Amino acid sequence: MDLSYSEKDEAFRAEVRAFLAEKLPKELSEKVRLSQDLEKSDMEFWHAQLNARGWLAANWPKSFGGAEWSAVERNIFEEECAMADAPRIVPFGLSMLAPVLQKFGSKAQQDHWLPRILNGDDWWCQGYSEPGAGSDLASLKTRAVLEGDHYIVNGQKTWTTLGQHANMIFCLVRTDTTAKAQEGISFLLIDMNTPGIEVRPITLIDGGAEVNEVWFTDVKVPVENLVGEENKGWTYAKYLLTHERTNIAGVGSSRAGLAAVKRIAKKVQARGRPLIENPHFAARMAQVEIDLMAMATTNLRIVSKAAAGQAPGVESSLLKIKGTQIRQEITDLARRAVGPHAMPFASDALDASNTPLPDPYDAGEVAGPYFNNRKLAIFGGSNEIQREIYSKHMMRGAK
Amino acid sequence: MNFDLTEERQMLQDTLRRFLAGAEGDLWPQLAELGVIGALFSEAQGGFGGAGFDLSVVFEELGRADVEVPLIDNALLPGLLLAAAGESVEALIDGSERLAFAHNEQAARYDYNWVETRFENGKLTGEKSVIVGADSADSFIISARHAGTPEAEQGIGLYRVDKAATGLTLRAYDLIQGGRGADITLENTPATLLMEDAYGAITAAMAAATLAVSAETLGSMQTAVEMTAEYLGTRKQFGRPIGTFQALRHRLVDMMVELEQARSAVILGAGNLDAAPNERDFVLSATKNIIGRVGRLVTEESIQMHGGIGMTQEYALGRFAKRITMADHRFGDTDHHLEQFIALGVGV
Ligand SMILES: Cc1cc2nc3c(=O)[nH]c(=O)nc-3n(C[C@H](O)[C@H](O)[C@H](O)COP(=O)(O)OP(=O)(O)OC[C@H]3O[C@@H](n4cnc5c(N)ncnc54)[C@H](O)[C@@H]3O)c2cc1C
Repeated sequence: MDLSYSEKDEAFRAEVRAFLAEKLPKELSEKVRLSQDLEKSDMEFWHAQLNARGWLAANWPKSFGGAEWSAVERNIFEEECAMADAPRIVPFGLSMLAPVLQKFGSKAQQDHWLPRILNGDDWWCQGYSEPGAGSDLASLKTRAVLEGDHYIVNGQKTWTTLGQHANMIFCLVRTDTTAKAQEGISFLLIDMNTPGIEVRPITLIDGGAEVNEVWFTDVKVPVENLVGEENKGWTYAKYLLTHERTNIAGVGSSRAGLAAVKRIAKKVQARGRPLIENPHFAARMAQVEIDLMAMATTNLRIVSKAAAGQAPGVESSLLKIKGTQIRQEITDLARRAVGPHAMPFASDALDASNTPLPDPYDAGEVAGPYFNNRKLAIFGGSNEIQREIYSKHMMRGAK
Repeated sequence: MNFDLTEERQMLQDTLRRFLAGAEGDLWPQLAELGVIGALFSEAQGGFGGAGFDLSVVFEELGRADVEVPLIDNALLPGLLLAAAGESVEALIDGSERLAFAHNEQAARYDYNWVETRFENGKLTGEKSVIVGADSADSFIISARHAGTPEAEQGIGLYRVDKAATGLTLRAYDLIQGGRGADITLENTPATLLMEDAYGAITAAMAAATLAVSAETLGSMQTAVEMTAEYLGTRKQFGRPIGTFQALRHRLVDMMVELEQARSAVILGAGNLDAAPNERDFVLSATKNIIGRVGRLVTEESIQMHGGIGMTQEYALGRFAKRITMADHRFGDTDHHLEQFIALGVGV
């Protein structure tokens, strides 16, 4: 065992830092630090910066022009980006759809869609969940019927993250209603501008507009937009989900979150002293920091087992559970730290005059993210579903 | 011992529950009409209640319902301070006047003794921060220091200040849990003395407010748990109600276990509201600490067990979750009250 970073790793870290210092504008990182809403153009800007540097496809296999970073390199990159308050990279095209196309797509699909993902020509969203099909995804009902050289799609998807920005959606649809639930599902790529598609926003608990309902009425989808074989979509969907879980531990964002809590706790006064010196608050912070130290190592242990460009195995369930617990604990610390100042609601302007809210600790919104981050344990396979997956794995010998 | 409500309080509870179930429009005059504001004050103060159990009944019902009324901030707190100063509370009780108590300052965090706003030559100068209900008030009771260092318990006075007074700036904003708050800046603002040495009156009023917000949160938690139980019984995944999964239904029971703890904590607080100050505050710190801990559990578990729907603004659960959590930011949070409990426990 060797717990130290190699010289090469350290050089890479320095390279990432230099890149962030040069390319990440202060206004953008401030928005991220203060948990303000990002514009579509903010996210596109950052995507383009990374692409220009060749760091967007870093996790793609070399055969597709990727860099095949090692787990350690990936980790360094994520950590540095999070600590610098870089916007998150919208994952739907880059790290969800792309691996599916690379493994199961036709040559024509790969040639057409993969470069467009890198160039930011398409904004993809994920059309898996439906009102009646969340954890039980295989029960999905959105129907696709082949008529000539088109599928006709009818149904509804929901919780579609950033669907309001998307021009493309990859969907799980039912193409065989007679087969077993998992065996009648296909994987379709659908242009959001096709007639018959309607996107309606869902406002979340913190007032944010990040998810949507997407309705399909007689939507015509060319048959060449089917990925792989008809009725094999479940296999591709599951493959995609393992990639969705690659960075699930969120170590970088926890580190950044904890650093932010410390900054706040130094500014907040409690009984004439900085809150960071208060034994109860200090104990809460130390507890999370200890957990995070161990979890960062668990994360490296697990992800480095997976070959470069590959997703980790069933252990990613363990990472998701602990990772989200820690991230959520940190948002809880932040709201505690600011005391009564957690109450002012930042999404509304002060006195409707667009003046910013009082923010004496330069903390940005803290209660909003506390509530918003409840989602971490719900999406991407809820933490209960992760426990189901892992317990089945552990009990596989039991009768 | 007897854990039943008196007949009058039972009636108050029933009336209020029925009213809130169908309430519409401006609730304030209707609540006054129903006698709900009067129930917060004793006969000596001009009301017909005022005991801990009157408060717990009223606020638990408000918490159960999907409404946000600043009854603590525009009636209970200022009313108790007026009464302590020997002034009439009548206009508050009949709903014709609404006041707010501007006490909290940024450096105070949750400590009631920390006051830096100064009173000099009949004028106030300082800053009050996150005052709930400030912009729905007609005028203010403001605490200020006429003597002593910022943390001294002596030397804090109470003053009446007109909302339109010169040198007063109100910056109002929405609050996460609903309702409005404001920061108030005072610069040589003319003020009338209400009470010279007010620390005792302030802590007594804050104790009542702590009980009130605890009872309100208990009510909201009750609703959140009921909603979750109902959802587990109706939401189907994998061909059956999700409440048939032990992983969820056992956690529902864990919430119930803690909810009963919270109920007892509120009853203890209500029963000790009129005890000697140290004992009162000791018990109420226990109450508020439990409410904070159980509140977090109920917020997080009820959202988690709802899945995505629990994350939406439209579904009522989110509003209850926000009220429950933000209650931990009022009148001292979980840790603050743990510290108070330890400090006061030495003497009790
Ligand atoms: C903010 C946000 C963004 C999202 N973005 C997307 C997106 O872009 N695209 C997309 O397709 N989907 C998205 N989702 C949907 C997400 O994947 C689902 O919310 C998730 O799968 C859970 O489904 P559900 O909400 O229907 O809850 P349900 O499946 O109804 O679950 C309710 C509760 O029951 C539990 N439960 C269910 N089954 C079991 C079981 N067998 N044992 C124990 N407990 C169980 C769950 O864990 C949960 O606690 C998003 C969700 C959120 C909240």
